[in-house]
Amino acid sequence: MPMSETDLRTHAEEIHDQFSDRLDVTVDEIEERLETLVDEYQVPVSEARRSVTNTYLDEAGMDRDDLMGGGGNETKQVADIDAAEEWIDITAKVVELWDAQSDAVAQVGLLGDETGTVKFTKWSKSDLQDLEAGAVYSLRNVVTDEYQGRFSVKLNRTTTIEDVDEDIEVGDDSVEVEGALVDIQSGSGLIKRCPEEDCTRVLQNGRCSEHGEVEGEFDLRIKGVIDDGEDVHEVIFDQEATEELTGIELEEAKEMAMDALDTSVVADEMREKTLGRYYRVRGPTLGRYVLVNEMAQLTDPADPESALIKARSI
Amino acid sequence: MSSTPTREVARRVFAREFNDATYTFKESDDERAPVYVLLPTGQRANRVFLVGTLTETEDVGEDSEYWQGRVVDPNGDTFFTYAGQYQPDAASMLRELEPPAYVAVVGKPRTYETEEGEVNVSVRPESINLVDEATRDRWVVETAERTIERIQRVGGDSTDEYVEMAREQYDEGVTGYKRMVEEALESLEAEQAEASAD
Repeated sequence: MPMSETDLRTHAEEIHDQFSDRLDVTVDEIEERLETLVDEYQVPVSEARRSVTNTYLDEAGMDRDDLMGGGGNETKQVADIDAAEEWIDITAKVVELWDAQSDAVAQVGLLGDETGTVKFTKWSKSDLQDLEAGAVYSLRNVVTDEYQGRFSVKLNRTTTIEDVDEDIEVGDDSVEVEGALVDIQSGSGLIKRCPEEDCTRVLQNGRCSEHGEVEGEFDLRIKGVIDDGEDVHEVIFDQEATEELTGIELEEAKEMAMDALDTSVVADEMREKTLGRYYRVRGPTLGRYVLVNEMAQLTDPADPESALIKARSI
Repeated sequence: MSSTPTREVARRVFAREFNDATYTFKESDDERAPVYVLLPTGQRANRVFLVGTLTETEDVGEDSEYWQGRVVDPNGDTFFTYAGQYQPDAASMLRELEPPAYVAVVGKPRTYETEEGEVNVSVRPESINLVDEATRDRWVVETAERTIERIQRVGGDSTDEYVEMAREQYDEGVTGYKRMVEEALESLEAEQAEASAD
């Protein structure tokens, strides 16, 4: 999206304010420098602003820390990340480090602050210091990304990493939903997944949409719908959660399918055991799904008293 | 992201109000557009979730099996549900279940006009499941709460589209439903008191 003149003008004015008592520079000059970077060199505005600011820092003999508001990025909390391709600063703890699946990625894992967690990727070519699990860092100039409704941050060549000497109590971004399980959708029960490395796609009639006909590995899953009469929530139970919900374990499910020469008996049995009952589930969201980590069937006796008081007071 | 058609919420409604919901409408001229019944308390419903006592099942089909199930709520009012060859799972549940039993039904409201010009409202089940008494009790309280909320809205100065539609389509008003909700809750309280006295 092209940057409008007025936006650059605003950036120029802000930079001008930061240096006006140290340097003899006009808003027009600053705007011109920004324009050159943005229009001719196609540099993102945040980068252009950073570059121009650095130039003036050098000229004024100042440090970045001397400036109010740093490099002009917004400092965000993890839960507030709600758009892709934003340049932001965050202070977060390394909650988990995962195995990088590609040489292009130096480190990948989960960052967290009080408001929740977010995936991060650090590129090999960015040549940044290694992050340590459990450590807290101030990260400036990371860029946000989005994939299927989930946000992540990417550390890049321009990112600065500073150790922060304080701990963060990482918040839980899980959601909780409660209601009746009104549907178990197709693709639930005993399923087969593609065995190719890093694929795990669910097979349709023995075929993977990516790798064609493959042997397949058995797994359990439920794609369900929890409905409280006001809203519907689509929820996914992985193997462990499905076993807990239904009391049917993978081995047993395989035997059931073998006896019946049909895998659909497993989903049928699961429907019979769970549909129409009330549950409370909890877990992180992925796109429109809640990935169930914890669950409880609501079996405590319902109390009519408070509803009765409400009804009588109408 | 491609737009996913939003799934219709399963509304909670007692049988008396459900059976009164004789006015149906569509939101568009599209032949496949969902049909809604308008609840007299001012909400559209394209799906319902109900839990009650299955008191009777009967194959009322002539050429092929067509099962009728009667599901009774705490007020003694009856939901009628019908399942035939296009609802094989629900039909076989109705064939196999031995009344009386608590059942949970998810389904679509359907209306049918009799030769006498009366409109009957029934449920075409998506699923029928055997459940326990605790689930039934929870449904009664939940349905009472949802119904109270709707009564308050329709009795207030809400200008909600469906509230206004209900004021226009139904002359009876909603005071009867307030009493119905109270009775449902009172009977649940009495049941619970009896159970704890045993």
